[in-house]
Amino acid sequence: MAADSPPRTAVLSVRNIVRTFRSPRGIIRALDDVSFDVAEGTITGLIGPDGAGKTTLLRILAGILGADSGRATILGFDPATEAPALQRHLGYMPQKFGLYEDLTVGENLDLHADLHGVPPERRAELYAPLLSMTALGPFRTRLAGKLSGGMKQKLGVACSLVHAPPLLLLDEPTVGVDPVSRRELWEILARQVRENRTTLLVSTAYMDEASRFDRVVILHAGKVLGEGRPEDLVSEARGHVFHVAYPSWSPRKLEPFLAKVPGILDAVGEDGGVRVVVEGSAPPLPAEISTTRIEPVPPRFEDAFMQRLARGAGKTSRTAPSPENLGWQNKKPGLADGGHEEAIIIRELTRDFGSFRAVDHLTFSVGRGEIFGLLGANGAGKTTTFRMLSGLLLPTSGELRIDGKDVLGSRVAEIRGRLGYMSQKFSLYSQLTVHQNLVFFTSAYGMSGKRQRDRIAEIEAFFELEAYREESAGLLPLGFRQRLALAASVAHEPSILLLDEPTSGVDPVARREFWRTISQLSLWGVSVLVTTHFMTEAEYCDRVAIMAQGQLLALGSPAEIRARARTPETPDPTLEDAFIRLLEQAQPPGVPA
Amino acid sequence: MTASSSARERLVRVRAMVKKESLQIVRDPSSLAIAIVLPVLLLLIFGYGVSLDARHVPIAVVTESRTPASEGFVAGLRQSPWFVPRSYPDIHSAVAALRRQDVEGILWLRENFGRSIESFRTHGVHVVVDGVDDNTARLVEGYLTNTWDTWIGFRNERGRALSFQPVALDVRIWFNPDSRSRDFLVPGLIAVIMTLIGALLTSMVVAREWERGTLESLFSTPVTIGEILVSKFIPYFILGMAGMGVSVIMGHFLFEVPLRGTLGVLFLTSALFLTTALGMGLVISTVSKNQFVAGQIAIVFTFLPAFILSGFIFDIHSMPFFIRVLTHIIPASYFVTILQSVFLAGNIPGVIIPNAIALFAFSLFLFALLVRISRKRIL
Repeated sequence: MAADSPPRTAVLSVRNIVRTFRSPRGIIRALDDVSFDVAEGTITGLIGPDGAGKTTLLRILAGILGADSGRATILGFDPATEAPALQRHLGYMPQKFGLYEDLTVGENLDLHADLHGVPPERRAELYAPLLSMTALGPFRTRLAGKLSGGMKQKLGVACSLVHAPPLLLLDEPTVGVDPVSRRELWEILARQVRENRTTLLVSTAYMDEASRFDRVVILHAGKVLGEGRPEDLVSEARGHVFHVAYPSWSPRKLEPFLAKVPGILDAVGEDGGVRVVVEGSAPPLPAEISTTRIEPVPPRFEDAFMQRLARGAGKTSRTAPSPENLGWQNKKPGLADGGHEEAIIIRELTRDFGSFRAVDHLTFSVGRGEIFGLLGANGAGKTTTFRMLSGLLLPTSGELRIDGKDVLGSRVAEIRGRLGYMSQKFSLYSQLTVHQNLVFFTSAYGMSGKRQRDRIAEIEAFFELEAYREESAGLLPLGFRQRLALAASVAHEPSILLLDEPTSGVDPVARREFWRTISQLSLWGVSVLVTTHFMTEAEYCDRVAIMAQGQLLALGSPAEIRARARTPETPDPTLEDAFIRLLEQAQPPGVPA
Repeated sequence: MTASSSARERLVRVRAMVKKESLQIVRDPSSLAIAIVLPVLLLLIFGYGVSLDARHVPIAVVTESRTPASEGFVAGLRQSPWFVPRSYPDIHSAVAALRRQDVEGILWLRENFGRSIESFRTHGVHVVVDGVDDNTARLVEGYLTNTWDTWIGFRNERGRALSFQPVALDVRIWFNPDSRSRDFLVPGLIAVIMTLIGALLTSMVVAREWERGTLESLFSTPVTIGEILVSKFIPYFILGMAGMGVSVIMGHFLFEVPLRGTLGVLFLTSALFLTTALGMGLVISTVSKNQFVAGQIAIVFTFLPAFILSGFIFDIHSMPFFIRVLTHIIPASYFVTILQSVFLAGNIPGVIIPNAIALFAFSLFLFALLVRISRKRIL
């Protein structure tokens, strides 16, 4: 193998790569003149919104997709012409779990070792550190399909490292993985870089991950928007980030307003106010909110990213949706501050599957117009709770009330009419147009005639779907599909909205738009119950509940939860720090669920 | 370092892939069900349930004047294993019975029946058959004619009258002397089953890898596209031959279909046909990349044509010219011919060799196509 070692000078260089795709909307330039370099033994992040071209680029580098023009050199090979030689040395982990679910952990490892020509006598030596790092040792004979989401990703990493490749390409390795597993995964990768001088090129949608990389390449619409050390990019945003508070408006009202002010590049609710990134040196606030408290705050990577993106993409201003054009205000007016009414009441809710208790005496309630986050690792019981709420699953014991009605004693159809449900999977009919989907979903809830027509027109206007009315749902860009899914789930005017990991895999830009809509709905009195793995997203919630093994570990506002994790070492913990700490307290590390 | 792999490395990779594929077959009950349970089920259904023989067919008999001749003929009919005659007073009630599907045909002995027999004139016999089921209709017609001939012959032997027919018809059925349709159906069915195992199974398993994203992982390793195809081929070839073995054993021992050819010829020709079927499956899945679509294409383009156009149930010679031309591009039609020959007639080189050559040409074509259209690229 030693004589086989590829030259170490240029580990990876990309020069003027162009790749186009034909689609029903015309030619799409997935990669448009992309160039950058990756130094040996470093972690380089490929960051950008969905459809930026990250996956296309990684596939070209792995030699499994051709480029239209341009050139790449990896480990001294050209992936376009020397793929077989390159693939002997390269590690690649695709975005979609690429392992065989009907093979065991050990069989998957052996398959990859065989395919990479790892001699049997070296395997024990190579497997041992991989199995101990990933904590998969005790699960060698378990089928890969029976592993949790986090463990699957770890196995994917282990398989792509089985031949000790000098370079590893990873395509969004942490999507859909809970925060604890995510942190473990990064520890494995960091150790690989530290101890074996492995070079990593990783694409990700998590901004907090990006700040830990040696270098980042920001991709947008196929073009490189920025490149450099994350610290350098962050320092560019210094002096442009502020925390804005306006006592008479809640952040939920203030944020969408500020987001539309010219000169403000990004606005996101935080800590009783709104965090804004501005073009100049001070927020250009309009006169009507002049009595605002403005404080400069140190920038984060996400601020820098949004700044670059806004500059590169050219900020588009949308017309503000007004409450008058939707139907809620004449049904359930938003409550005045201080008013409280319970929309969901859950008491001692328990559900057993055989001897396994999925939900264990769960008690909490969600107020009218409240956004309530249900957080927890995979398998904590969130989905089971959701299924019981929507009447798809009967509780073993306990009480469940929706709008004062006992779910168990009422007709399911009656309860369903009050619920809107949006799952993480795309659950619309991809062959139907946007309009046809909305007609179908409103009809399913019994709407017809003028009322239905008016309602669909309202919904299409509110979600700005008019331009896509006659497009097939399956051909929409991801952000618009998400928007349509939300539109379909609220089309029948539900008073309660259940969102199951609604923004999994959605980029920061689309995520902000999504949450602004959710905030808007909550202002009109819709109660929202949401599960998510994004802790930054949990910050949008009024209150969050953290679940583990079917039980409630903590309940409170994001600020309260953060406060619980405050220690002398971490005086200002993030919600993610708090989440991990709570979970570790409940369950000692090293014991997988 | 060299770009090409050593033979040993190739062998290691193919072995690893074959092992992986075999483990998946063993663990996924659906592929075993298609390979073993489906043939058994199909054979049981066709072996026991479907029969192209007409036996105990209810038939209406209308006798306008009772004469010794007509009585004799009806008695002959009663003795035949094929018919259950029922008497009706007149033609109208018989037609009504036919309409109600109480009977499959009408035998109408006109008033002049007895006289015409004696006087060499046109006989007053009318036969009406229900043409809705064309197959049965033809059988009823044939059997009635047969019974008629038997009866005439019987009369001649007794010397009661001269035959109006100097030459008597003597029907002899070669190769299937018992005229059991099962003997003829089972070999054809085996060909259809082999098409199903070969095409359906492989088309689904490659498409499955596309769907689950496992092919993207595989493509990023040094394994070549040729090695992937070989490793898909080997386990399903073995599985297909196992299905073939089960079918032959059931056909011979359960349904008592004779096996007049040799096992060696049966094995070689089956291997040749299975290669063709697997090739079709692999081409389909390479093109479709989606299990559902692959399954549909496999059924529409391989299984159904094999069922309808291979001569397994419907005789190719009685098809219109255009359809007959079409049957030449159905590999199963060659295999049906081979199997019917091997089972019922024996190793007849004049039948087996040209058909085997056709199958060989098909598999060559399909694998050449496969090499041309498959690339180790994900788009």
